[in-house]
Amino acid sequence: MRLRRIFFRIVMAGYTENELADDLNQQEYRYGFVTDIASDVAPAGLDEQVIRWISEKKKEPQWLLEFRLKAFEVWKSMVEPEWAHVAYQKPDFQAISYYAAPKQSKKYESWDDVDPEMKETMTKLGISFEEQQRLTGVAVDFVMDSVSVGTSFKAKLAELGIVFCSFSEAVQEHPDLVKKYLGSVVPMTDNFYAALNSAVFSDGSFCYIPKGVRCPMELSTYFRINAGGTGQFERTLVVADESSYVSYLEGCTAPQRDENQLHAAVVELVVLDQAEIKYSTVQNWYPGDKEGKGGVFNFVTKRGMCETQAKISWTQVETGSAVTWKYPSCILKGDGSIGEFYSVAVTNNFQQADTGTKMIHLGKNTKSTIISKGISAGKSQNSYRGLVQIHAQAENARNFSQCDSLLMGSECGAHTFPYIECKNAGAQIEHEATTSKIGEDQLFYCQQRGISEEKAISLIVNGYCKEVLNQLPMEFAVEAQKLLSISLEGSVG
Amino acid sequence: MLEIKALHASINGTEILKGLNLTVRAGEVHAIMGPNGAGKSTLASVLAGKEDYEIISGEIVFEGKDLLELSVEERAREGVFLAFQYPVEIPGVSNVNFLKTAMNEIREHRGLPALSAKEFLSLVKEKSALVELDASLASRAVNEGFSGGEKKRNEIFQMAMLEPKLAVLDETDSGLDIDALRIVAQGVNTLKTSDNATLVITHYQRLLDYIVPDFVHVLFDGKIVKTGGKELALELEEKGYDWIKS
Repeated sequence: MRLRRIFFRIVMAGYTENELADDLNQQEYRYGFVTDIASDVAPAGLDEQVIRWISEKKKEPQWLLEFRLKAFEVWKSMVEPEWAHVAYQKPDFQAISYYAAPKQSKKYESWDDVDPEMKETMTKLGISFEEQQRLTGVAVDFVMDSVSVGTSFKAKLAELGIVFCSFSEAVQEHPDLVKKYLGSVVPMTDNFYAALNSAVFSDGSFCYIPKGVRCPMELSTYFRINAGGTGQFERTLVVADESSYVSYLEGCTAPQRDENQLHAAVVELVVLDQAEIKYSTVQNWYPGDKEGKGGVFNFVTKRGMCETQAKISWTQVETGSAVTWKYPSCILKGDGSIGEFYSVAVTNNFQQADTGTKMIHLGKNTKSTIISKGISAGKSQNSYRGLVQIHAQAENARNFSQCDSLLMGSECGAHTFPYIECKNAGAQIEHEATTSKIGEDQLFYCQQRGISEEKAISLIVNGYCKEVLNQLPMEFAVEAQKLLSISLEGSVG
Repeated sequence: MLEIKALHASINGTEILKGLNLTVRAGEVHAIMGPNGAGKSTLASVLAGKEDYEIISGEIVFEGKDLLELSVEERAREGVFLAFQYPVEIPGVSNVNFLKTAMNEIREHRGLPALSAKEFLSLVKEKSALVELDASLASRAVNEGFSGGEKKRNEIFQMAMLEPKLAVLDETDSGLDIDALRIVAQGVNTLKTSDNATLVITHYQRLLDYIVPDFVHVLFDGKIVKTGGKELALELEEKGYDWIKS
């Protein structure tokens, strides 16, 4: 809605303090609208039949159906992880519908053919076609519930040999690439949710950047859960071939609902020699209401594999979801590869987040940087959990970690769980951690200069997160700043 | 401009101000002097609206408005500026961004349009020269890693930018060497007009060599016990506060 519109306006015009003031005046979750489109929903429950139904619905090749069925077998033998510092009512996996497609099976010839209601949704999200037309530099793939509705700028990207499309489309059009890399970074056996996703994923995004190509624009996907009683299980696969570069953005919203919705995504990044992927996420799933009712369970597995001198930079701004369980990680397999993780996680009211990263150093001269900023307000719990693992053969590996926590109020919690496993004596590992409380003195100082309390909090918090926000592409950073302000409104005093 | 009548204020149940009266007119510079614990900083905090202090009785009228009814930011927007004794650090927030936010809030309150980036930056250049503040400090985070002198000069720089009606300088001279003191005082003097007023709170007389007050008040045990011209400050310096106490 409004936020997204601002995002685009900024591209063209520039942003004023008044707009910020307007935004600050709005307190409630603003993506909480439900789009009334007849959905093609699978019956609730999960068994082999449902998986076959999904696969058939998507006209998938036999190998993919087998992949799913195998994953389902694996999943059945697994139990939900309980080690995270979160407490919630476990989802009833037989009460969820695993597939919800907007009912309109034919392929759109042009955007004029798109269901007006769906267009309305996109307008609310600020990514209507009209606005897209005016934009340069951002290509958007829009995933509503589980099916990707449209991808723009395809032609321009195609000239460079870049593939950017929905996952289903990739399965049809580029089966070799999908077959080669699917599950290569996050195997189906990896964890409970990854196995579940592998069995039932319905759509997502696929991206391939050919050798030596520097993608000229930010590629962006928007995810939205719409249908009630459904889960979202999208799959993202980004492959950067040798010496290529891509910056990929991902945004998430979900409508306000009383029940908890499950989101269990898998993101795999494959970064070949000397290539680089910059992956930015602004996650704003519905966090539940002020009493902690409803909200999205965000159980996501994200991991990238770096070959020689390859680089992955994860940046995430997490303001949404009732429960977050998410550790975007890097396997630094190739010599000289680099992994970076920049994170801001905000929790307010009854939100719980257990998030961080894993940096697995396998290659020589590998480097990783972790900057994590947690902000807790209300009665929320915010945990950083990170693993730095240096294997014996990883000569001269280096890691720097900085984990800061900011507390607002006295009923919230901030926790840090750093794990360091080092099997090579030549490694250099640094870890810094701070915990601070938002200062009454800082607030008073700002207010004495005429700045309202809400705006002062926003200033202080954005200053605190600056190192991370600076990693985001400019337009995204402005949006993220506003989200931070909105998430923390009314949390002091 | 400012009228304080029979003001009683306490913190954590301890009464600090015990019937303070003070009148400040536009164009005047007043100095408040007094020994430690007399209530000088309490007066500054109460004027700014710090919540820790409880007003027991009395009134403060500022430009015809009941100051005690206004929030901290409303007072600031009405033109009350406090130069802090211990300026606060705000990591990651640039001085420029901080000031721009403050200025635009104040301008909006006064019905003025927001400044353009160009206007703002030329103002920054002009005003920072006034207190000989290195231009690079303007782009650094608010007071972060500033020396004591830089912090105080930054306060006066902010004052120059925000153009308050009433500036309250709380022990601005503390921790300043003589050069910094001269620069700070020069800044304050330059900003003085017939429309604004300054309240200089200080323990020592030396700041008043540079900022010449129209009135000197001696605050003792929560009340103003003596008022005079600038010569009173010299007399105090010579005789010490015991002279007042006895």
